[in-house]
Amino acid sequence: MEEKRHTLSVLVENTPGALARIAGLFSGRGFNIDSLCVAETLDPTLSHLTLVTHGDEFIIEQIIKQLRRLIDVYKVVNVTEEKEYVEREMALIKVRAEKDYREEIFRICEIFRCKIVDVSPRSYIIEVTGDREKLEAVIELLKPIGIKEIARTGIIAMRREKKSA
Amino acid sequence: MTGAQMIIESLKREKVEVIFGYPGGAVIDIYDELYRTPEIKHVLVRHEQGAAHAADGYARSTGKVGVALVTSGPGSTNTVTGIATAYMDSIPIVVLTGQVPTKLIGNDAFQEVDTTGITRPITKHNFLVKRIEDLPRILKAAFYIASTGRPGPVVVDLPKDIQQAKGEFNYPEEINLRSYNPVYEPHIKQIEKAYSLLEQAERPVLLLGGGVISSNASNEAIRLAETLNLPVTMTLMGLGSFPGDHDQSLGMLGMHGTYYANMAVANCDVLLAVGARFDDRVTGKVDAFAPGAKIIHIDIDPSSIQKNVKVHVPIVGDCKRALTRLLEMIKNAGKPKKYWKERFKDWWEQINIWRKRYPLSYKNDPNYIKPQFVIEKLYELTKGEAIIATEVGQNQMWTAQYYKFKYPRTLITSGGLGTMGFGFPAAIGAKMGNPDRLVIDIAGDGSIQMNIQELATAMEQRLPIKIIILNNGYLGMVRQWQELFYGKRYSQVKFQVLPDFVKLAEAYGAVGMKITKPEEVEPALKKVLSMDTLVILDVHIAPEEDVFPMVPAGRATTEMILV
Repeated sequence: MEEKRHTLSVLVENTPGALARIAGLFSGRGFNIDSLCVAETLDPTLSHLTLVTHGDEFIIEQIIKQLRRLIDVYKVVNVTEEKEYVEREMALIKVRAEKDYREEIFRICEIFRCKIVDVSPRSYIIEVTGDREKLEAVIELLKPIGIKEIARTGIIAMRREKKSA
Repeated sequence: MTGAQMIIESLKREKVEVIFGYPGGAVIDIYDELYRTPEIKHVLVRHEQGAAHAADGYARSTGKVGVALVTSGPGSTNTVTGIATAYMDSIPIVVLTGQVPTKLIGNDAFQEVDTTGITRPITKHNFLVKRIEDLPRILKAAFYIASTGRPGPVVVDLPKDIQQAKGEFNYPEEINLRSYNPVYEPHIKQIEKAYSLLEQAERPVLLLGGGVISSNASNEAIRLAETLNLPVTMTLMGLGSFPGDHDQSLGMLGMHGTYYANMAVANCDVLLAVGARFDDRVTGKVDAFAPGAKIIHIDIDPSSIQKNVKVHVPIVGDCKRALTRLLEMIKNAGKPKKYWKERFKDWWEQINIWRKRYPLSYKNDPNYIKPQFVIEKLYELTKGEAIIATEVGQNQMWTAQYYKFKYPRTLITSGGLGTMGFGFPAAIGAKMGNPDRLVIDIAGDGSIQMNIQELATAMEQRLPIKIIILNNGYLGMVRQWQELFYGKRYSQVKFQVLPDFVKLAEAYGAVGMKITKPEEVEPALKKVLSMDTLVILDVHIAPEEDVFPMVPAGRATTEMILV
């Protein structure tokens, strides 16, 4: 069966151990976590977790059911199954910036609407936001110049509202 | 009110009659309150594992929540096997563990262990109480979570300073957890689909699991089977949900199931599974399990459905309610019993051919006691009315095969985790919950030694439990595998030293008896059953007797080794 990447949006009780329960569920049952992003919501008693995983349809079904089975999990949505949704990720990329390369870096930043957020004589830190494909593209282009360090947030996602009322 | 007082008061509100425990530094405040609370009976075990198993046996046999109370650190880690056992079999227990004072948590304090961390994957839920204000609500939630939905163990970790802190006691009458809403009522559309499959079926089988027992749905299952004239098979956990002596019972299926149950499932066209989770010991090789069947699966836990086998009609809900709805639909459809009888006549003829071809059987031997004979005799003498706990291994399988459990909650066995040492402490719990019933632990010479220390507990409580040791001097099930699949290389399965179980019983003030010849079986069993004290009957059985039929692990259930 075909393995696919799925983005799950999970609302959990903001209690100690809730994240450990979810991480433990994945390791204990042999599921994969590709990326994980956790933050507060408007309701301070709930945390929002965006989790990217992969597997065939039976595995994804099990992952969702097992998540829902956890007492602290309030809601699980498989965002990937929604027709219309927005996915974003941010990365900070520290790239070598010796004189010869600066022009090239500026060009890449302009094309991809990245921001240079820190400048030192030898390196820049570039902030890039977008979907996974865009981030991968920027990273690929910067690689030959020399990436010193990358920090990525992991994906966050949101369902689009219906366009017509 | 202090935290310790709140804990005792909460137990009273939950109508807890008995708790199984072992004191220690981190729960001394709770024990101080217990000292003043004669209405809650405390059973002092000899090892905390025994407390967890006893709470479990109490829960399995009564349907109520079992409670264990232990101290921090080793007290808590000793319950881990018991908690995991209850988790695998969906048994409602609440384990209260002491913890070091909140200020010391994380400091590697004396007898500190991360109890919620350790028990997270083996509990339905667990709590660490960090504020006295939260205590009543957490205790209420613990009992609620343990006993509702798919039941399971809940651990509440109680730091010592919380037990000593003072606060206001507001015990909630009801509790509502926004993130936990088990679905009881099945979707009626799904019930319709199930009925229409059954209506079209030519070779249906009803498969009953432990969920039928935990939702008290036996009567509904029996009515369904009798109305539609369905052949019935049960998982190990489901034994007793349908009378084993009923004409329509095919007994247990799976690795050590009957030939005819496995053949019926392999050849059925509709399999109605109720409260069963398609464990590998039931399915064998999954691809070859009920290959031609449309499967209807009723379970309260959505994650059980579609986990191991592909299901055509999933029904999420309480087994009792789902079966009730199905029965209503059948009644409204108005087909008489006769119709169904006629409809599945050919199917029953086929099943009866299988039944005749390979019934459960063994050969008696004038020189050796056969374990199957012991269980058969025990069934005869107790008329199937006893509560039987088992240990794990051959003793467990022979019991499952030859004791025809007639009622739910009469077989107390560790099905999922397969915990040796479970049976005896579980029997203590069962006897505490059912003082007027005969409680028997069927053991092996290996597993009985794993919690033998609980003899003192049972004697202290004056519990006339009968322990029947099927003593072959081997770790019999492992020996059987080594014989059949490992070229008879018997690696570390022969006990060179076994205790004299008669003297051992006597050392604890109990009665011990030993038999070695087939003709001694019946008189010895009669004598044991007539005595009003704890008895160990050490039965020396044929040392290399195997459990058959057997489906080798990972093979199709039709590939049985029969004798």
